[in-house]
Amino acid sequence: MAALYSRSRLKLLLRSALHLSNRTLTGSGGKFDYDLLVIGGGSGGLACSKEAAQLGQKVAVLDYVEPSVRGTKWGLGGTCVNVGCIPKKLMHQAALLGSAVKDAQKYGWQIPQPVSHDWATLAESVQNYVKSLNWGHRVQLQDRKVKYMNMKGSLVDDHTVRCLSSRGKEMTVTARNILIATGGRPKYPTHVPGALEFGISSDDLFWLKETPGKTLVVGASYVGLECAGFLTGIGLEATVMVRSIALRGFDQQMSRLVTDYMQGYGTRFCWDCVPKKVEKLPSGLLQVTWTDSRTGQDHQDTFNSVLWAVGRAPETGTLNLQQVGVELDGDTRKVMVADDERTSVPNIYAIGDIAQGRPELTPTAIHAGKLLARRLAGLSSQLMDYSNVPTTVFTPLEYGCVGLSEEEAERRYGKDKIEVYHAFYKPLEFTVAERDSSQCYIKVVCERDGDQKVVGLHFTGLNAGEVTQGFALSLRCGLSYAQLRDSVGIHPTCAEELTKIYITKRSGLDATVTGC
Amino acid sequence: QQLLGDKSEVYDYDLIVIGGGSGGLACSKEAANLGKKVMVLDYVVPTPKGTTWGLGGTCVNVGCIPKKLMHQTALMGTALQDARKFGWEFSEQVSHNWETMKTAVNNYIGSLNWGYRVSLRDKNVNYVNSYAEFVEPHKIKATNRRGKETFHTAAKFVLATGERPRYLGIPGDKEYCITSDDLFSLPYCPGKTLVIGASYVALECGGFLAGLGLDVTIMVRSILLRGFDQDMANRAGDHMETHGVKFLRKFVPVKVEELEAGTPGRLKVTAKSTETDEIFEGEYNTVLIAVGRDACTEKIGLDQAGVKVNPKNGKIPVNDEEQTNIPHIYAIGDILEGKWELTPVAIQAGKLLARRLYAGASLKCDYVNVPTTVFTPLEYGSCGHPEERAVELYGQENLEVYHSLFWPLEYTVPNRDNNRCYAKIICNKLDDNRVIGFHYLGPNAGEVTQGFGAAMKCGVTKEQLDNTIGIHPTCAEIFTTMEVTKRSG
Repeated sequence: MAALYSRSRLKLLLRSALHLSNRTLTGSGGKFDYDLLVIGGGSGGLACSKEAAQLGQKVAVLDYVEPSVRGTKWGLGGTCVNVGCIPKKLMHQAALLGSAVKDAQKYGWQIPQPVSHDWATLAESVQNYVKSLNWGHRVQLQDRKVKYMNMKGSLVDDHTVRCLSSRGKEMTVTARNILIATGGRPKYPTHVPGALEFGISSDDLFWLKETPGKTLVVGASYVGLECAGFLTGIGLEATVMVRSIALRGFDQQMSRLVTDYMQGYGTRFCWDCVPKKVEKLPSGLLQVTWTDSRTGQDHQDTFNSVLWAVGRAPETGTLNLQQVGVELDGDTRKVMVADDERTSVPNIYAIGDIAQGRPELTPTAIHAGKLLARRLAGLSSQLMDYSNVPTTVFTPLEYGCVGLSEEEAERRYGKDKIEVYHAFYKPLEFTVAERDSSQCYIKVVCERDGDQKVVGLHFTGLNAGEVTQGFALSLRCGLSYAQLRDSVGIHPTCAEELTKIYITKRSGLDATVTGC
Repeated sequence: QQLLGDKSEVYDYDLIVIGGGSGGLACSKEAANLGKKVMVLDYVVPTPKGTTWGLGGTCVNVGCIPKKLMHQTALMGTALQDARKFGWEFSEQVSHNWETMKTAVNNYIGSLNWGYRVSLRDKNVNYVNSYAEFVEPHKIKATNRRGKETFHTAAKFVLATGERPRYLGIPGDKEYCITSDDLFSLPYCPGKTLVIGASYVALECGGFLAGLGLDVTIMVRSILLRGFDQDMANRAGDHMETHGVKFLRKFVPVKVEELEAGTPGRLKVTAKSTETDEIFEGEYNTVLIAVGRDACTEKIGLDQAGVKVNPKNGKIPVNDEEQTNIPHIYAIGDILEGKWELTPVAIQAGKLLARRLYAGASLKCDYVNVPTTVFTPLEYGSCGHPEERAVELYGQENLEVYHSLFWPLEYTVPNRDNNRCYAKIICNKLDDNRVIGFHYLGPNAGEVTQGFGAAMKCGVTKEQLDNTIGIHPTCAEIFTTMEVTKRSG
């Protein structure tokens, strides 16, 4: 890895080596309570702490969940386990199963009507599973002899952390190294009257005991779209209010396919609209007033719930970071980090959603945490490679991608230097079910010259995550268009369409391909 | 350019393709694209039960396509049960109607048959629904359904006649039993079924029939999925057994008798143990024979053309350019000796062959690291070597096998199949820990495996795998965090 040898990294490594030389491998040597103190028991924090403990370090983890505005709380495990990936995917699955129930009839399954969905059953199942994961994490920490404290941490100095329990009990802990992995929490649009009092966020949605009913989702991030998607899928009326574009940062052609599908699926969209105020009516319903920024006109409608999905803010407010010298980014307020996850204070590190410039994804936090633990134990110098990280948006029609968007590739290489291969395909699963496959699409962005190395791969369809994972690996291995075409497909699957693409955008030809 | 030997003769066609299946159609369309005059002959000899079908070959009509759709139907049965745990509420009185499914599946197949005919016409490929046989090295006789004969000559030929299910050679097999050729268009529900065989055809069919709610028994002579990784095969089989499929192991059928005619009727099967004197007798509505497939090379006049055929299995040996011992006659697809019996391989071989013959290309079909998937109720995807083969080739001490059980998130809420799904990779320590075997037992195995197949084509190593970030939550991500080796115990 050439990256390892750049000058700035050498400097960091030297500094790190100096730190290591002060340490004994058998423990903190009495100077500090712990070798490593982790603030934040989420994906990154837990991965790092467990790995470090396994490598012989004395480790403690502080995890504390500040209740949401609504008062929702949860256990150990962080966002992903409690109010992110896990409950989201389970509810998405519930929605997919609803489609399966409908499709099944075309395949000969005879299901007497009526078919309905009960939120309480779903919520309870999901919540029970999440609680089992909380428990599993506690057991794992115990097994690996990581000290877990359900307390809120804040920095006193570069080696000292103050811990505060919910009952006001206070204690101080010292550590040679400190890892900040406190993640983020949903933002509220506090300038919108009624937002805090009457709206909920993804922190609350998965823990609701009663159905959210007719829901307005404000925000077209993947959080907004995924939530609106599964709410529609379980039979609720869901509307997405979009200020400008959906899935900012993602390939915009793919984003449009995702939202087009959702519209066909039954989710309503209010494009170019911004909420103005939220009021509660005597009936208990919420009345939302919004402005259509195209016309300047105000509109109103009533909903049972308003879900704010307008972005997430880093949990740095109460850590006392700046006083200790840990620098934050001016815009995002996230913690500034170097390539080795080190902050501006040499023995304090940050990983996961809290770190500036990192993908807000569980697997990257986990991997970064493990590699950091190995470096802190002096067993490795390997840095985390954040390039070509694959991801999937779990909307009703899923979108998986790895590498560059078409826009980003054009920016970096120039339109003339890239070749975009694409195809509209029809999953076999849609045939007998008579489903519209107009948004099932594949796009592979390649360098135009030489080997035609693949720089970006995009897929909308079913099981997008499963399809994309192996191709992400291929990208890491330097996949070229020729190698992609040389790969033999597995038949019949959707993924095989990636090995068959041959129509370029440049040719202008119709990209609809037939199966067999 | 004119090739040597063609100067003296004027042929009706540049290319005649015998067999309109996956390989034959791909080759003929590619050759036509390159400006050649092409004829395709496709003819389906009816099964003993009288079943026949249209253009497209095994995959479209009696293979991949109807199989996956019926497998999909069976998976939906499980989805309906899961749905209740996810909050969906509907009557417990759910049942499956075979005729509805069969009609929907066959309608879709009909649309594919039609699509192929249109596609051939659009590309100016002359399609003839006749049975072709060689009468001379450059001439074939084509006989249509009504017995009318015509003769055609070509500079080159491609044999792509595929295979048909083998029968057992026991009393009652052809009279009373069906095969996969009949199953997918069976006009009535097969009812209580005995599947004879342990090939992927047997397991896939037995699997989806059970998933539709039918009583299924599978009679296995010795092992499951011969040629596949045996640990994976047994796990797939165990899953089926856990979910109600009965296995009769180490038995071979001796005779099949009809107790009562009907649609379905009642059949009595007598079988004997391969190890003891035990005799087994069972009664079934349907007996499905799935003990292998035979190449259709016997009655196409290959002796008239001089083409060498392996007498043991009817398959045709070819060189690495799909050329038979007769220079102007080529062969692709299931009839090839020692090659994969897979649609995508046949298609790839057919296209590349046409390009080599007519576009001056030199790229040959790469038969290494071909990914495949068995669509059993718990699907099994693989690429590269089975573990046994890897050990044979490289020696156990030179391999590192990483493995992990996993529980798909989708199975947690319905609380099923915990500790059933399994992932395994085999690495060659002598070659940078290159991944030489990939095995996945779990949902959506085809979708998971495809990308890893592409990675293996790029020569992926364990290190590259470890440095790839997983997509969360998925099943496929398990491969990015495999740490436990078999060696460690």
